Formats: sequence, C-alpha cells, structure tokens
Amino acid sequence: MGPEKRTASEKADFKQELTDVVPHLRAFARGLCGRADMADDLVQETLLKAWAAQERFQPGTSMRAWTFVILRNAYLTDMRRNRFRGEYDETVAERILTAPAGQEEPIHLSDMHRALLTLPPERREALLLVGAGGFSYEEAANICGCAVGTIKSRVGRARAALNTMLADGTIPRRSLNDDTAHRAILEELDDVAAGQGVSARS
Amino acid sequence: MTADSSSERKPVAGSDKEAKQEVKDRPDWTNGLRRLYDSVVEEDLPDSFRDLLSQLDTKD
Repeated sequence: MGPEKRTASEKADFKQELTDVVPHLRAFARGLCGRADMADDLVQETLLKAWAAQERFQPGTSMRAWTFVILRNAYLTDMRRNRFRGEYDETVAERILTAPAGQEEPIHLSDMHRALLTLPPERREALLLVGAGGFSYEEAANICGCAVGTIKSRVGRARAALNTMLADGTIPRRSLNDDTAHRAILEELDDVAAGQGVSARS
Repeated sequence: MTADSSSERKPVAGSDKEAKQEVKDRPDWTNGLRRLYDSVVEEDLPDSFRDLLSQLDTKD
C-alpha cells in the first residue's frame, strides 16, 4: 500500500470512486464559493489534482473525505488569489425549497445560500461538512486539519448565526460584494489556511 | 417571517447518508441546508466532467 505505482485495475477502481464523488464535490464547492461556474472549475481542478496524487490515496478509506481536502485547499488558494468573491448563483437562488411539514414559511434556497455565504469561511465549511455533507465532527476535523472541539465550536457558531439571520429575516443582501466584507474574509482565510492539515500531510 | 419553530421533534427523514452527528436541536433550516447540498448532488453532471474523466487515463 506504499507509494509504489498502481496497477491498471487499481487505477480503474480509483477512477470509479473518483467519478462517484463528483456530485458531492460539486455540492461542496457550490456551498463554498457560491457561483456554479466557479464551483465547477474548482471541481475540475480537484479531479486533476486527485488523479495526479492517486498514489497517496489509501484504498478503503473515504474518497469523499480525501477529495474534499484537495478541493478545500484549491479553494483556499484560489480565494487568496482573489478569484472568488462569494457571489451566489441567481438561477439556483431563485428555486424555492419546499417547506418542511408543519412550517408555514418556505425557506428560500436563495436565503439559505446567501446566509451561508455571509458566514466566515471556516464556519461555513464546518457547517457544510457536518450539516449538509453528513460528515461526523471527527471526519470534518480531519478534513479541515483541526481539533474536533474546534469544528464543534465552528458549527455551533455558524448555526447560531444562521438561526438569527433566518429567524429575524436579517439576511444581508449582497454583503459579500462589498470590499470591507471581502477583506475581512481574506484575513480570516489566512487563519484557516494556517491550520490546514493537508499541506502538512502531502 | 414568522419563525416560531419550536420544533425539536422532527426526525430527519433519512436519506442514504448516515446522520451520525449528535445534533440535539435541529431548527427547520438545517433541513434546508441539506437540501441545498442535495439539490446539487442530484443535478445532471455537465458533459465537461464526463470529458475530463474520460481523458484522465490518457494522461500518464
């Protein structure tokens, strides 16, 4: 299982697993960076990187978690190069979520997405991983390269912030397009990037 | 927006994903978050991905 060359059948298995996680990569990327076209670029970049690094993948471990780490790092790098501005996709945003039974007001997908995009990136990703992606706190901590307690606290804070925004109807309109907000995000990103596990691992 | 969501009782209608997180209070929007994610997972894959995946083998 070392870093020696993979056989053809191992490569085929790898490719199949990689193919299977593409929809999840797209969902994670969309949640992180908002815009569908940019998210898909990010996923393509991730697939190429994953393929190039396939000898480092341990067969039998989670392909989804492994590729999420790669995607996350690509995102952080691109974000620092100023490629993403936390914009969200209007077409997706116009879709309306069916209200869960017993709830009067439908939650608009646009509200959800916009609210999500106003969160600091490290809370946003923690919430995406645990709340949307279904990862355990432990798995999310591995992906982000931080302590389980840190993930729990980020998820907790993200939930609290979303609760407030959605309950009070105080979702900012396009706050991420303004430069102050964007600069603040870039500063936070440095902290996130500093604690990341992957560059240490690879 | 009336949000008197005093709903801790909602069982998360099980998708295929294992909901192993120990979440005690789930406001309604957490369902929305999951849907936001799932709505992308369920989209048809653009051709560009199929193309890219099929080209992977040739680049060794």
